[in-house]
Amino acid sequence: MVTINGETKAAEGMTVLELLASMHLMPERTAVMIGGEILPKSNYDQKLVNGDEVEIIGFVGGG
Amino acid sequence: MTEITETVFAEAVDSRSDKPIYSVMKASRVGIAGLGGLGSNIASALVRSGIGHLTLADFDTVELSNINRQLYTLHHIGQKKACALPEILHEINPFCDITSLSVRITAENCKEIFADCNIIIEAFDIPEQKAMLVNTVMEQLPETYLISGSGMAGFGNANAIATRRITDKLTLCGDGVTDAAHGVGLTASRVMICAGHMAARAVEIILQKGVNYHE
Repeated sequence: MVTINGETKAAEGMTVLELLASMHLMPERTAVMIGGEILPKSNYDQKLVNGDEVEIIGFVGGG
Repeated sequence: MTEITETVFAEAVDSRSDKPIYSVMKASRVGIAGLGGLGSNIASALVRSGIGHLTLADFDTVELSNINRQLYTLHHIGQKKACALPEILHEINPFCDITSLSVRITAENCKEIFADCNIIIEAFDIPEQKAMLVNTVMEQLPETYLISGSGMAGFGNANAIATRRITDKLTLCGDGVTDAAHGVGLTASRVMICAGHMAARAVEIILQKGVNYHE
């Protein structure tokens, strides 16, 4: 199981790109942290593993 | 009117606080990426609190459609925001040291522009730019505090705009969902609430950490 923004989901084996697509989030509008560390965009093809704690920030427009 | 020296200004700032804050604020350096509704109002709050140094960056020019929520006045229309904003800020607090750059911030120049800042504030308008700045700062300047704003459009509940600490270094302010792109307007009230959250978090970090950011 993987924790995503505080909720437990069976997302192990998915890549970060696949996870973002399943949440209808665009990779270029997000910041993704795994275990409190920022995940570089070049590693978004990384597969999630059991126990990963993922924090996804999806940015919206306005400022 | 007596001359307003920095000593007099500092006493006035400290007189509104239960303990002196000016010397700690004066020793702090904050970078603001984007000088629109968020950035201009955050800068206003910080110079009123006696911030010592601001690094400001934005390539944009003041337009009439900005006046509904940004700190500029009508006579700034047509000026570069990076030129107009320091003029306004120095009328409020002439003792703040300001570096203001009319540049487009990218993943390539971000570190160089903000390397000597204790806190960087993301105040862009476009979501791709917000994500770029947050990713770049967290990757390249991991020791620097970062405050980002997302979700302050529309006319909805002001209390939905909140401060959320994601990690020790990263704070996110806004309602997280109200997107200005969906034909929803941006108004002074909600943008200034979000700017207030972001400036308040910066002051909180500064006063908690004092001048030593690596404790």
